[in-house]
Amino acid sequence: MQSLIIDNFEIQNRLLIGTGKFQNKYDVRESIIQSGSQVVTVAVRRIDLERHEENILEYIPDGVKLMVNTSGARNADEVIRIARLAKECGYGNWIKIEVIDDSKYLLPDNQETIRATELLVKEGFVVFPYVSADLYVARELVKVGADTVMPLGSCIGTNQGLKAEEFIQILINEIEIPIIVDAGIGCPSHAAKAMEMGADAVLVNTAIATADNAPNMAKAFSKAIEAGRLAYESGIPDSQNIASASSPLSHLLS
Amino acid sequence: MIVTDQIHRILTDSREATFEKLKKQASDVTRQYFGRTISLYAPLYLGNYCENNCVYCGFSSHHKIPRTRLNDAELHKEMNVLSKQGIQNILILTGESDRMTSVNYIKNAVTIARQYFPNVSIEIQPLLTDEYSQLIKAGVDGLAVYQETYDREIYDTVHVSGKKKDYNYRYETPERAAHAGMRSISMGILLGLAPPVEDVIALFQHLRFMEKIYPGVEYSLSFPRIVPVEDMDYQPIKVSDDLFVKIICLTRILFPRVGINLSTREQPAIRDDMLSLVTRMSAGSSTLVGGYTHIREGEPQFDIHDHRSVKEIVQLLKDKNYDPVFTEWRCLHEVSGLRV
Repeated sequence: MQSLIIDNFEIQNRLLIGTGKFQNKYDVRESIIQSGSQVVTVAVRRIDLERHEENILEYIPDGVKLMVNTSGARNADEVIRIARLAKECGYGNWIKIEVIDDSKYLLPDNQETIRATELLVKEGFVVFPYVSADLYVARELVKVGADTVMPLGSCIGTNQGLKAEEFIQILINEIEIPIIVDAGIGCPSHAAKAMEMGADAVLVNTAIATADNAPNMAKAFSKAIEAGRLAYESGIPDSQNIASASSPLSHLLS
Repeated sequence: MIVTDQIHRILTDSREATFEKLKKQASDVTRQYFGRTISLYAPLYLGNYCENNCVYCGFSSHHKIPRTRLNDAELHKEMNVLSKQGIQNILILTGESDRMTSVNYIKNAVTIARQYFPNVSIEIQPLLTDEYSQLIKAGVDGLAVYQETYDREIYDTVHVSGKKKDYNYRYETPERAAHAGMRSISMGILLGLAPPVEDVIALFQHLRFMEKIYPGVEYSLSFPRIVPVEDMDYQPIKVSDDLFVKIICLTRILFPRVGINLSTREQPAIRDDMLSLVTRMSAGSSTLVGGYTHIREGEPQFDIHDHRSVKEIVQLLKDKNYDPVFTEWRCLHEVSGLRV
Protein backbone atom coordinates (compact mmCIF):
# COMPACT_ATOMS: atom_id res chain seq x y z
CA MET A 1 0.00 0.00 0.00
CA GLN A 2 1.12 3.51 -0.71
CA SER A 3 2.26 5.70 2.14
CA LEU A 4 0.89 9.14 2.70
CA ILE A 5 3.63 11.73 2.93
CA ILE A 6 2.99 15.05 4.65
CA ASP A 7 5.82 17.45 5.44
CA ASN A 8 8.32 14.65 4.71
CA PHE A 9 6.69 12.48 7.37
CA GLU A 10 5.73 9.05 6.08
CA ILE A 11 2.33 7.87 7.24
CA GLN A 12 1.65 4.20 6.65
CA ASN A 13 -1.26 3.90 9.04
CA ARG A 14 -3.95 6.23 7.78
CA LEU A 15 -5.93 6.40 11.02
CA LEU A 16 -5.43 9.67 12.87
CA ILE A 17 -6.70 9.68 16.45
CA GLY A 18 -8.21 12.49 18.50
CA THR A 19 -7.55 12.34 22.22
CA GLY A 20 -10.62 13.96 23.81
CA LYS A 21 -13.42 12.24 25.75
CA PHE A 22 -11.43 9.17 26.86
CA GLN A 23 -12.20 7.78 30.32
CA ASN A 24 -8.52 7.85 31.20
CA LYS A 25 -5.21 8.67 29.61
CA TYR A 26 -4.03 5.09 29.75
CA ASP A 27 -6.77 4.25 27.22
CA VAL A 28 -5.50 7.02 24.96
CA ARG A 29 -2.07 5.45 24.97
CA GLU A 30 -3.37 1.92 24.47
CA SER A 31 -5.62 3.02 21.60
CA ILE A 32 -2.66 4.56 19.81
CA ILE A 33 -0.50 1.51 20.38
CA GLN A 34 -3.15 -1.06 19.50
CA SER A 35 -4.17 0.71 16.30
CA GLY A 36 -0.65 1.59 15.21
CA SER A 37 -1.78 5.15 14.55
CA GLN A 38 1.14 7.45 13.75
CA VAL A 39 -0.53 10.85 14.12
CA VAL A 40 -2.60 12.04 17.07
CA THR A 41 -4.22 15.35 17.75
CA VAL A 42 -4.37 17.03 21.17
CA ALA A 43 -6.25 20.21 22.01
CA VAL A 44 -3.88 22.88 23.27
CA ARG A 45 -6.56 24.00 25.69
CA ARG A 46 -6.42 20.60 27.35
CA ILE A 47 -2.65 20.53 27.79
CA ASP A 48 -1.58 21.23 31.32
CA LEU A 49 1.23 23.67 30.56
CA GLU A 50 2.06 24.51 34.15
CA ARG A 51 2.81 21.27 35.95
CA HIS A 52 0.44 18.88 37.71
CA GLU A 53 -0.09 15.20 37.35
CA GLU A 54 -1.05 13.39 34.21
CA ASN A 55 -0.11 15.58 31.33
CA ILE A 56 -1.79 14.00 28.31
CA LEU A 57 1.41 14.34 26.29
CA GLU A 58 3.23 11.91 28.54
CA TYR A 59 0.84 9.21 27.36
CA ILE A 60 1.64 9.57 23.68
CA PRO A 61 4.11 6.89 22.61
CA ASP A 62 7.50 7.86 21.21
CA GLY A 63 7.66 8.28 17.47
CA VAL A 64 4.01 9.27 17.17
CA LYS A 65 3.55 12.61 15.46
CA LEU A 66 1.75 15.23 17.51
CA MET A 67 -0.69 17.50 15.72
CA VAL A 68 -2.03 20.06 18.18
CA ASN A 69 -5.46 21.49 17.50
CA THR A 70 -7.02 24.84 18.18
CA SER A 71 -10.28 23.57 19.66
CA GLY A 72 -12.00 26.40 21.51
CA ALA A 73 -10.87 29.09 19.08
CA ARG A 74 -13.72 31.26 17.85
CA ASN A 75 -11.84 33.28 15.27
CA ALA A 76 -8.59 33.43 13.33
CA ASP A 77 -6.96 35.65 15.94
CA GLU A 78 -7.46 33.05 18.66
CA VAL A 79 -6.13 30.36 16.32
CA ILE A 80 -2.93 32.33 15.82
CA ARG A 81 -2.49 32.80 19.56
CA ILE A 82 -3.05 29.11 20.28
CA ALA A 83 -0.66 28.07 17.51
CA ARG A 84 2.07 30.37 18.80
CA LEU A 85 1.56 29.19 22.35
CA ALA A 86 1.92 25.58 21.20
CA LYS A 87 5.04 26.37 19.23
CA GLU A 88 6.61 28.26 22.13
CA CYS A 89 5.92 25.26 24.36
CA GLY A 90 7.71 22.97 21.93
CA TYR A 91 4.78 21.01 20.55
CA GLY A 92 5.99 21.13 16.99
CA ASN A 93 4.55 22.83 13.95
CA TRP A 94 1.74 20.52 12.89
CA ILE A 95 -1.52 22.23 13.60
CA LYS A 96 -5.11 21.31 13.03
CA ILE A 97 -7.16 24.47 12.72
CA GLU A 98 -10.55 24.36 14.35
CA VAL A 99 -12.48 27.62 14.35
CA ILE A 100 -15.93 27.15 15.76
CA ASP A 101 -18.25 29.98 16.62
CA ASP A 102 -21.38 27.92 17.03
CA SER A 103 -21.74 25.97 20.23
CA LYS A 104 -24.90 24.15 19.16
CA TYR A 105 -23.76 22.36 15.98
CA LEU A 106 -20.01 22.95 16.30
CA LEU A 107 -19.76 23.68 12.59
CA PRO A 108 -16.49 25.27 11.47
CA ASP A 109 -16.25 28.88 10.35
CA ASN A 110 -14.74 28.33 6.91
CA GLN A 111 -13.85 31.96 6.22
CA GLU A 112 -11.96 32.40 9.48
CA THR A 113 -10.27 29.05 8.86
CA ILE A 114 -9.00 30.21 5.48
CA ARG A 115 -7.64 33.42 7.04
CA ALA A 116 -5.96 31.52 9.86
CA THR A 117 -4.48 29.02 7.39
CA GLU A 118 -2.94 31.78 5.33
CA LEU A 119 -1.31 33.36 8.37
CA LEU A 120 -0.05 30.12 9.90
CA VAL A 121 1.39 28.90 6.60
CA LYS A 122 3.38 32.13 6.46
CA GLU A 123 4.67 31.42 9.97
CA GLY A 124 5.93 28.01 8.90
CA PHE A 125 3.24 25.75 10.33
CA VAL A 126 2.08 22.57 8.64
CA VAL A 127 -1.62 23.27 8.48
CA PHE A 128 -4.54 20.86 8.64
CA PRO A 129 -7.69 22.96 8.34
CA TYR A 130 -11.00 21.47 9.48
CA VAL A 131 -13.81 22.76 7.24
CA SER A 132 -17.16 21.98 5.69
CA ALA A 133 -16.87 19.93 2.52
CA ASP A 134 -17.05 22.78 0.04
CA LEU A 135 -15.14 22.95 -3.21
CA TYR A 136 -14.57 26.71 -3.19
CA VAL A 137 -13.31 26.63 0.39
CA ALA A 138 -10.98 23.75 -0.43
CA ARG A 139 -9.60 25.54 -3.48
CA GLU A 140 -8.98 28.64 -1.42
CA LEU A 141 -7.16 26.57 1.19
CA VAL A 142 -4.93 25.11 -1.50
CA LYS A 143 -4.25 28.61 -2.78
CA VAL A 144 -3.13 29.91 0.62
CA GLY A 145 -0.84 26.93 1.20
CA ALA A 146 -2.71 24.41 3.36
CA ASP A 147 -1.04 21.02 3.58
CA THR A 148 -4.33 19.09 3.65
CA VAL A 149 -8.07 19.69 3.66
CA MET A 150 -10.08 18.08 6.44
CA PRO A 151 -13.75 18.02 5.49
CA LEU A 152 -16.27 16.93 8.10
CA GLY A 153 -18.14 13.69 7.48
CA SER A 154 -20.98 14.99 9.64
CA CYS A 155 -21.25 17.21 12.71
CA ILE A 156 -18.58 16.60 15.39
CA GLY A 157 -19.46 13.94 17.89
CA THR A 158 -22.65 12.82 16.19
CA ASN A 159 -21.44 9.43 14.89
CA GLN A 160 -23.64 10.05 11.83
CA GLY A 161 -21.05 8.94 9.30
CA LEU A 162 -20.59 10.41 5.85
CA LYS A 163 -23.57 12.74 5.58
CA ALA A 164 -21.44 14.94 3.34
CA GLU A 165 -20.43 12.03 1.10
CA GLU A 166 -21.17 13.61 -2.29
CA PHE A 167 -19.31 16.78 -1.43
CA ILE A 168 -16.34 14.93 0.03
CA GLN A 169 -16.18 12.91 -3.21
CA ILE A 170 -15.99 16.15 -5.17
CA LEU A 171 -13.04 17.27 -3.03
CA ILE A 172 -11.33 13.92 -3.53
CA ASN A 173 -11.84 14.24 -7.29
CA GLU A 174 -10.73 17.83 -7.63
CA ILE A 175 -8.26 18.74 -4.89
CA GLU A 176 -4.65 17.71 -5.28
CA ILE A 177 -3.56 17.92 -1.63
CA PRO A 178 -4.49 15.15 0.85
CA ILE A 179 -8.13 14.93 1.92
CA ILE A 180 -8.51 13.72 5.51
CA VAL A 181 -12.07 13.05 6.57
CA ASP A 182 -12.65 14.35 10.07
CA ALA A 183 -15.66 14.39 12.42
CA GLY A 184 -18.83 12.38 12.57
CA ILE A 185 -17.24 9.00 11.77
CA GLY A 186 -19.26 6.68 14.01
CA CYS A 187 -18.05 3.18 13.20
CA PRO A 188 -15.32 1.40 11.25
CA SER A 189 -17.54 0.87 8.19
CA HIS A 190 -17.93 4.66 7.84
CA ALA A 191 -14.16 4.98 7.83
CA ALA A 192 -13.77 2.13 5.34
CA LYS A 193 -16.28 3.83 3.06
CA ALA A 194 -14.35 7.12 3.16
CA MET A 195 -11.16 5.29 2.25
CA GLU A 196 -12.85 3.36 -0.57
CA MET A 197 -13.97 6.71 -1.94
CA GLY A 198 -10.33 7.74 -2.11
CA ALA A 199 -9.85 9.81 1.01
CA ASP A 200 -6.20 9.91 2.07
CA ALA A 201 -6.83 9.36 5.77
CA VAL A 202 -9.51 9.52 8.44
CA LEU A 203 -9.44 11.18 11.85
CA VAL A 204 -11.51 9.52 14.57
CA ASN A 205 -12.10 10.53 18.15
CA THR A 206 -15.58 10.10 19.70
CA ALA A 207 -16.29 6.67 18.24
CA ILE A 208 -13.08 5.32 19.76
CA ALA A 209 -13.05 7.31 23.00
CA THR A 210 -16.62 6.47 23.99
CA ALA A 211 -16.53 2.77 23.04
CA ASP A 212 -16.69 0.27 25.89
CA ASN A 213 -13.27 -0.96 24.85
CA ALA A 214 -11.46 1.98 23.28
CA PRO A 215 -8.18 0.25 22.35
CA ASN A 216 -10.02 -2.55 20.55
CA MET A 217 -12.22 -0.06 18.74
CA ALA A 218 -9.11 1.83 17.63
CA LYS A 219 -7.73 -1.40 16.27
CA ALA A 220 -11.01 -2.08 14.44
CA PHE A 221 -10.84 1.37 12.84
CA SER A 222 -7.26 0.82 11.79
CA LYS A 223 -8.18 -2.44 10.06
CA ALA A 224 -11.21 -0.90 8.35
CA ILE A 225 -9.13 2.01 7.09
CA GLU A 226 -6.44 -0.32 5.81
CA ALA A 227 -9.08 -2.45 4.05
CA GLY A 228 -10.72 0.60 2.50
CA ARG A 229 -7.42 1.95 1.27
CA LEU A 230 -6.30 -1.37 -0.15
CA ALA A 231 -9.62 -1.70 -1.96
CA TYR A 232 -9.28 1.81 -3.38
CA GLU A 233 -5.77 1.17 -4.61
CA SER A 234 -6.87 -2.16 -6.07
CA GLY A 235 -9.55 -0.49 -8.19
CA ILE A 236 -13.08 -1.15 -7.02
CA PRO A 237 -15.22 -2.62 -9.82
CA ASP A 238 -18.50 -0.89 -10.63
CA SER A 239 -21.49 -2.46 -8.94
CA GLN A 240 -24.07 -4.35 -11.00
CA ASN A 241 -27.70 -4.61 -10.12
CA ILE A 242 -27.81 -8.39 -10.44
CA ALA A 243 -30.21 -8.88 -7.57
CA SER A 244 -32.98 -7.10 -9.41
CA ALA A 245 -35.92 -9.34 -10.39
CA SER A 246 -36.85 -7.24 -13.38
CA SER A 247 -35.00 -6.95 -16.64
CA PRO A 248 -32.60 -3.98 -16.81
CA LEU A 249 -34.50 -2.92 -19.90
CA SER A 250 -38.01 -3.14 -18.47
CA HIS A 251 -38.14 0.43 -17.25
CA LEU A 252 -37.50 1.59 -20.81
CA LEU A 253 -40.54 -0.25 -22.05
CA SER A 254 -43.14 0.68 -19.42
CA MET B 1 -38.42 24.33 19.56
CA ILE B 2 -39.30 23.77 23.19
CA VAL B 3 -42.35 21.53 23.34
CA THR B 4 -43.69 22.68 26.66
CA ASP B 5 -46.53 20.20 27.08
CA GLN B 6 -44.14 17.28 26.55
CA ILE B 7 -41.70 18.66 29.10
CA HIS B 8 -44.56 19.13 31.50
CA ARG B 9 -45.74 15.57 30.99
CA ILE B 10 -42.30 14.03 31.40
CA LEU B 11 -41.46 15.98 34.54
CA THR B 12 -44.77 15.13 36.19
CA ASP B 13 -44.84 11.49 35.08
CA SER B 14 -44.28 9.44 38.21
CA ARG B 15 -43.80 6.06 36.51
CA GLU B 16 -40.52 4.39 37.31
CA ALA B 17 -40.15 3.08 33.75
CA THR B 18 -40.29 6.60 32.28
CA PHE B 19 -37.68 7.73 34.79
CA GLU B 20 -35.35 4.87 33.90
CA LYS B 21 -35.74 5.50 30.16
CA LEU B 22 -35.05 9.18 30.69
CA LYS B 23 -31.90 8.47 32.69
CA LYS B 24 -30.63 5.98 30.13
CA GLN B 25 -31.17 8.31 27.18
CA ALA B 26 -29.60 11.25 29.00
CA SER B 27 -26.52 9.35 30.08
CA ASP B 28 -26.05 7.96 26.55
CA VAL B 29 -26.20 11.47 25.13
CA THR B 30 -23.76 12.76 27.75
CA ARG B 31 -21.33 9.99 26.95
CA GLN B 32 -21.57 10.63 23.23
CA TYR B 33 -20.95 14.37 23.46
CA PHE B 34 -18.67 14.65 26.47
CA GLY B 35 -17.23 11.15 26.83
CA ARG B 36 -16.26 10.02 30.29
CA THR B 37 -14.83 13.32 31.42
CA ILE B 38 -15.82 15.75 34.16
CA SER B 39 -14.37 19.24 34.43
CA LEU B 40 -13.51 20.47 37.89
CA TYR B 41 -13.59 24.00 39.22
CA ALA B 42 -13.57 25.70 42.57
CA PRO B 43 -15.52 28.70 43.81
CA LEU B 44 -13.68 31.49 45.60
CA TYR B 45 -15.67 34.00 47.62
CA LEU B 46 -14.10 37.44 47.59
CA GLY B 47 -16.63 39.19 49.77
CA ASN B 48 -20.09 38.98 51.27
CA TYR B 49 -21.25 42.58 51.13
CA CYS B 50 -24.65 42.73 49.55
CA GLU B 51 -27.11 45.49 48.81
CA ASN B 52 -29.99 43.18 47.97
CA ASN B 53 -32.55 41.89 50.40
CA CYS B 54 -33.46 38.42 49.19
CA VAL B 55 -35.48 36.24 51.51
CA TYR B 56 -33.67 32.99 50.66
CA CYS B 57 -30.01 34.02 50.82
CA GLY B 58 -27.44 33.93 53.62
CA PHE B 59 -25.68 37.03 52.31
CA SER B 60 -28.90 39.08 52.14
CA SER B 61 -28.58 42.64 53.39
CA HIS B 62 -31.20 42.06 56.09
CA HIS B 63 -28.98 39.53 57.86
CA LYS B 64 -26.89 41.05 60.60
CA ILE B 65 -23.73 39.10 59.83
CA PRO B 66 -20.12 40.23 59.80
CA ARG B 67 -19.34 41.66 56.35
CA THR B 68 -15.94 41.39 54.85
CA ARG B 69 -13.91 41.25 51.67
CA LEU B 70 -10.47 39.90 50.92
CA ASN B 71 -7.51 42.23 50.52
CA ASP B 72 -4.69 41.59 48.05
CA ALA B 73 -2.56 39.58 50.47
CA GLU B 74 -5.53 37.41 51.38
CA LEU B 75 -6.43 36.91 47.72
CA HIS B 76 -2.92 35.64 47.02
CA LYS B 77 -3.09 33.31 50.00
CA GLU B 78 -6.44 31.81 49.06
CA MET B 79 -5.55 31.41 45.41
CA ASN B 80 -2.21 29.89 46.21
CA VAL B 81 -3.87 27.20 48.32
CA LEU B 82 -6.45 26.41 45.65
CA SER B 83 -3.93 26.36 42.86
CA LYS B 84 -1.68 23.97 44.82
CA GLN B 85 -4.61 21.58 45.01
CA GLY B 86 -4.53 21.42 41.22
CA ILE B 87 -7.50 23.68 40.54
CA GLN B 88 -7.14 25.56 37.25
CA ASN B 89 -10.68 26.82 36.69
CA ILE B 90 -11.78 29.27 39.30
CA LEU B 91 -15.15 30.90 39.84
CA ILE B 92 -14.87 34.21 41.65
CA LEU B 93 -17.96 35.10 43.67
CA THR B 94 -19.14 38.10 45.60
CA GLY B 95 -22.39 39.35 47.06
CA GLU B 96 -23.95 42.09 44.98
CA SER B 97 -22.48 45.35 46.14
CA ASP B 98 -21.42 48.00 43.64
CA ARG B 99 -19.90 49.88 46.55
CA MET B 100 -17.82 47.26 48.37
CA THR B 101 -17.07 44.79 45.59
CA SER B 102 -17.05 47.23 42.71
CA VAL B 103 -15.97 46.53 39.15
CA ASN B 104 -12.53 47.92 40.00
CA TYR B 105 -12.21 45.71 43.06
CA ILE B 106 -13.19 42.65 41.01
CA LYS B 107 -10.90 43.65 38.16
CA ASN B 108 -7.99 43.74 40.57
CA ALA B 109 -8.94 40.32 41.94
CA VAL B 110 -9.14 38.91 38.41
CA THR B 111 -5.69 40.26 37.60
CA ILE B 112 -4.33 38.47 40.66
CA ALA B 113 -6.29 35.30 39.84
CA ARG B 114 -4.75 35.17 36.38
CA GLN B 115 -1.34 34.71 38.03
CA TYR B 116 -2.58 31.41 39.44
CA PHE B 117 -5.27 30.10 37.09
CA PRO B 118 -5.52 29.82 33.30
CA ASN B 119 -9.30 30.14 33.42
CA VAL B 120 -11.26 32.64 35.52
CA SER B 121 -15.04 33.00 35.71
CA ILE B 122 -17.17 35.36 37.75
CA GLU B 123 -20.45 35.22 39.62
CA ILE B 124 -21.03 38.77 40.78
CA GLN B 125 -23.63 41.52 40.53
CA PRO B 126 -24.97 42.03 37.00
CA LEU B 127 -22.96 44.64 35.13
CA LEU B 128 -23.24 46.81 32.05
CA THR B 129 -21.75 45.74 28.74
CA ASP B 130 -18.69 47.99 28.93
CA GLU B 131 -18.02 46.84 32.49
CA TYR B 132 -18.02 43.24 31.25
CA SER B 133 -15.64 44.32 28.50
CA GLN B 134 -13.26 45.66 31.13
CA LEU B 135 -13.33 42.40 33.06
CA ILE B 136 -12.86 40.31 29.91
CA LYS B 137 -9.83 42.43 29.13
CA ALA B 138 -8.53 41.73 32.63
CA GLY B 139 -8.80 37.99 31.93
CA VAL B 140 -12.36 36.83 32.63
CA ASP B 141 -13.59 34.09 30.30
CA GLY B 142 -16.83 33.01 31.93
CA LEU B 143 -19.89 34.43 33.64
CA ALA B 144 -22.46 32.75 35.85
CA VAL B 145 -25.69 34.65 36.33
CA TYR B 146 -28.92 33.04 37.43
CA GLN B 147 -32.36 34.49 36.99
CA GLU B 148 -33.30 32.54 40.17
CA THR B 149 -36.92 32.31 39.00
CA TYR B 150 -38.75 33.29 35.83
CA ASP B 151 -42.02 33.71 37.73
CA ARG B 152 -42.27 37.49 37.82
CA GLU B 153 -44.62 37.61 40.79
CA ILE B 154 -42.54 35.32 42.94
CA TYR B 155 -39.38 37.08 41.75
CA ASP B 156 -40.82 40.33 43.00
CA THR B 157 -41.82 38.84 46.35
CA VAL B 158 -38.55 37.11 47.20
CA HIS B 159 -36.38 40.01 46.11
CA VAL B 160 -37.57 42.53 48.64
CA SER B 161 -35.24 45.39 47.82
CA GLY B 162 -32.01 46.30 46.07
CA LYS B 163 -30.97 46.37 42.43
CA LYS B 164 -31.83 42.72 42.05
CA LYS B 165 -35.49 43.63 42.30
CA ASP B 166 -35.34 44.72 38.66
CA TYR B 167 -36.33 41.51 36.83
CA ASN B 168 -35.63 42.81 33.35
CA TYR B 169 -32.16 44.13 34.16
CA ARG B 170 -31.22 40.70 35.44
CA TYR B 171 -32.89 38.87 32.54
CA GLU B 172 -30.89 40.88 30.03
CA THR B 173 -27.57 40.23 31.79
CA PRO B 174 -26.51 37.22 29.66
CA GLU B 175 -27.11 39.32 26.55
CA ARG B 176 -24.96 42.17 27.83
CA ALA B 177 -22.16 39.76 28.72
CA ALA B 178 -22.37 37.94 25.39
CA HIS B 179 -22.37 41.25 23.57
CA ALA B 180 -19.17 42.17 25.42
CA GLY B 181 -17.58 38.93 24.15
CA MET B 182 -17.87 36.60 27.14
CA ARG B 183 -16.71 33.12 26.11
CA SER B 184 -18.90 31.06 28.37
CA ILE B 185 -22.13 31.86 30.17
CA SER B 186 -23.83 29.80 32.82
CA MET B 187 -27.52 30.36 33.36
CA GLY B 188 -29.84 28.83 35.89
CA ILE B 189 -32.71 28.84 38.31
CA LEU B 190 -32.75 28.43 42.04
CA LEU B 191 -34.94 25.39 42.57
CA GLY B 192 -37.37 25.87 45.44
CA LEU B 193 -38.44 29.44 44.76
CA ALA B 194 -41.24 28.78 42.29
CA PRO B 195 -43.10 25.81 40.81
CA PRO B 196 -40.12 24.04 39.23
CA VAL B 197 -41.62 22.73 35.99
CA GLU B 198 -42.66 26.17 34.74
CA ASP B 199 -39.34 27.62 35.77
CA VAL B 200 -37.40 24.92 33.94
CA ILE B 201 -39.40 25.54 30.76
CA ALA B 202 -38.79 29.28 31.01
CA LEU B 203 -35.06 28.71 31.49
CA PHE B 204 -34.96 26.47 28.41
CA GLN B 205 -36.70 29.19 26.41
CA HIS B 206 -34.24 31.79 27.66
CA LEU B 207 -31.33 29.55 26.64
CA ARG B 208 -32.81 28.88 23.16
CA PHE B 209 -33.15 32.63 22.70
CA MET B 210 -29.52 33.17 23.72
CA GLU B 211 -28.31 30.37 21.42
CA LYS B 212 -30.01 32.03 18.47
CA ILE B 213 -28.58 35.50 18.98
CA TYR B 214 -25.17 34.54 20.41
CA PRO B 215 -24.38 31.12 18.91
CA GLY B 216 -20.66 31.28 19.65
CA VAL B 217 -21.01 31.39 23.43
CA GLU B 218 -20.38 28.17 25.33
CA TYR B 219 -23.46 27.77 27.50
CA SER B 220 -24.00 25.77 30.63
CA LEU B 221 -26.91 25.41 32.98
CA SER B 222 -27.10 25.07 36.74
CA PHE B 223 -29.97 23.92 38.90
CA PRO B 224 -29.00 24.73 42.47
CA ARG B 225 -31.56 23.70 45.06
CA ILE B 226 -32.08 26.11 47.92
CA VAL B 227 -30.06 25.09 50.92
CA PRO B 228 -31.49 27.02 53.86
CA VAL B 229 -28.99 28.71 56.14
CA GLU B 230 -29.54 28.79 59.87
CA ASP B 231 -32.10 31.27 61.22
CA MET B 232 -33.76 31.54 57.86
CA ASP B 233 -37.52 31.95 58.00
CA TYR B 234 -38.04 31.30 54.33
CA GLN B 235 -39.64 27.98 53.49
CA PRO B 236 -38.70 26.87 49.99
CA ILE B 237 -40.84 24.60 47.80
CA LYS B 238 -39.46 21.11 48.15
CA VAL B 239 -37.85 19.72 45.00
CA SER B 240 -37.40 15.97 45.35
CA ASP B 241 -34.24 14.16 44.34
CA ASP B 242 -36.18 12.38 41.59
CA LEU B 243 -37.50 15.60 40.09
CA PHE B 244 -34.04 17.13 40.34
CA VAL B 245 -32.51 14.23 38.41
CA LYS B 246 -35.33 14.35 35.84
CA ILE B 247 -34.67 18.04 35.22
CA ILE B 248 -30.99 17.32 34.62
CA CYS B 249 -31.85 14.43 32.26
CA LEU B 250 -34.28 16.50 30.27
CA THR B 251 -31.76 19.30 29.96
CA ARG B 252 -29.19 16.92 28.58
CA ILE B 253 -31.57 15.46 26.00
CA LEU B 254 -32.85 18.83 24.79
CA PHE B 255 -29.44 20.52 24.85
CA PRO B 256 -26.91 17.77 24.09
CA ARG B 257 -23.84 20.01 23.98
CA VAL B 258 -24.67 22.35 26.82
CA GLY B 259 -22.62 21.98 29.99
CA ILE B 260 -24.42 21.03 33.19
CA ASN B 261 -22.89 22.12 36.49
CA LEU B 262 -23.33 20.38 39.80
CA SER B 263 -22.32 22.17 42.96
CA THR B 264 -21.23 20.98 46.38
CA ARG B 265 -24.62 22.05 47.67
CA GLU B 266 -25.74 18.57 46.78
CA GLN B 267 -25.17 15.53 48.96
CA PRO B 268 -22.21 13.30 48.00
CA ALA B 269 -24.54 10.40 47.16
CA ILE B 270 -26.51 12.44 44.61
CA ARG B 271 -23.31 13.89 43.16
CA ASP B 272 -21.84 10.43 42.71
CA ASP B 273 -25.06 9.16 41.10
CA MET B 274 -25.11 11.96 38.61
CA LEU B 275 -21.63 11.56 37.18
CA SER B 276 -23.06 10.10 33.99
CA LEU B 277 -25.21 13.22 33.42
CA VAL B 278 -23.25 16.29 34.40
CA THR B 279 -20.13 17.76 32.87
CA ARG B 280 -18.78 20.15 35.48
CA MET B 281 -18.43 19.84 39.22
CA SER B 282 -17.08 22.06 41.91
CA ALA B 283 -14.59 20.41 44.20
CA GLY B 284 -13.09 21.26 47.54
CA SER B 285 -15.56 24.11 47.78
CA SER B 286 -15.90 26.65 50.49
CA THR B 287 -18.73 29.20 50.48
CA LEU B 288 -17.04 31.27 53.18
CA VAL B 289 -15.08 34.41 52.42
CA GLY B 290 -11.50 33.34 53.06
CA GLY B 291 -12.70 29.78 53.56
CA TYR B 292 -9.68 28.02 52.11
CA THR B 293 -7.20 29.58 54.50
CA HIS B 294 -9.62 30.19 57.39
CA ILE B 295 -8.59 33.81 57.54
CA ARG B 296 -12.02 35.14 58.38
CA GLU B 297 -14.84 34.15 60.66
CA GLY B 298 -18.19 34.44 59.00
CA GLU B 299 -21.42 33.03 57.71
CA PRO B 300 -21.52 31.09 54.46
CA GLN B 301 -23.88 32.04 51.62
CA PHE B 302 -25.30 28.55 51.89
CA ASP B 303 -24.18 25.34 53.55
CA ILE B 304 -22.41 22.84 51.36
CA HIS B 305 -23.02 19.14 51.72
CA ASP B 306 -20.07 17.66 49.92
CA HIS B 307 -16.95 18.37 51.97
CA ARG B 308 -14.60 16.07 50.09
CA SER B 309 -11.25 17.52 49.04
CA VAL B 310 -10.15 17.98 45.44
CA LYS B 311 -7.94 14.95 45.84
CA GLU B 312 -10.83 12.82 47.06
CA ILE B 313 -13.07 13.94 44.20
CA VAL B 314 -10.33 13.16 41.68
CA GLN B 315 -9.91 9.69 43.16
CA LEU B 316 -13.66 9.12 43.12
CA LEU B 317 -13.84 10.06 39.43
CA LYS B 318 -10.97 7.78 38.56
CA ASP B 319 -12.49 4.91 40.53
CA LYS B 320 -15.67 5.33 38.54
CA ASN B 321 -13.79 5.48 35.23
CA TYR B 322 -14.08 9.20 34.64
CA ASP B 323 -11.24 11.42 33.59
CA PRO B 324 -11.10 14.57 35.73
CA VAL B 325 -10.40 17.57 33.51
CA PHE B 326 -8.65 20.53 35.10
CA THR B 327 -7.73 22.49 32.02
CA GLU B 328 -10.66 23.43 29.80
CA TRP B 329 -9.55 26.66 28.34
CA ARG B 330 -6.75 29.09 28.91
CA CYS B 331 -7.04 32.81 28.63
CA LEU B 332 -4.98 33.85 25.62
CA HIS B 333 -4.43 37.48 26.48
CA GLU B 334 -0.75 37.22 27.27
CA VAL B 335 -0.01 35.23 24.13
CA SER B 336 1.10 37.47 21.34
CA GLY B 337 -1.39 37.64 18.51
CA LEU B 338 -2.10 39.84 15.60
CA ARG B 339 -5.38 41.39 14.75
CA VAL B 340 -6.46 39.76 11.55
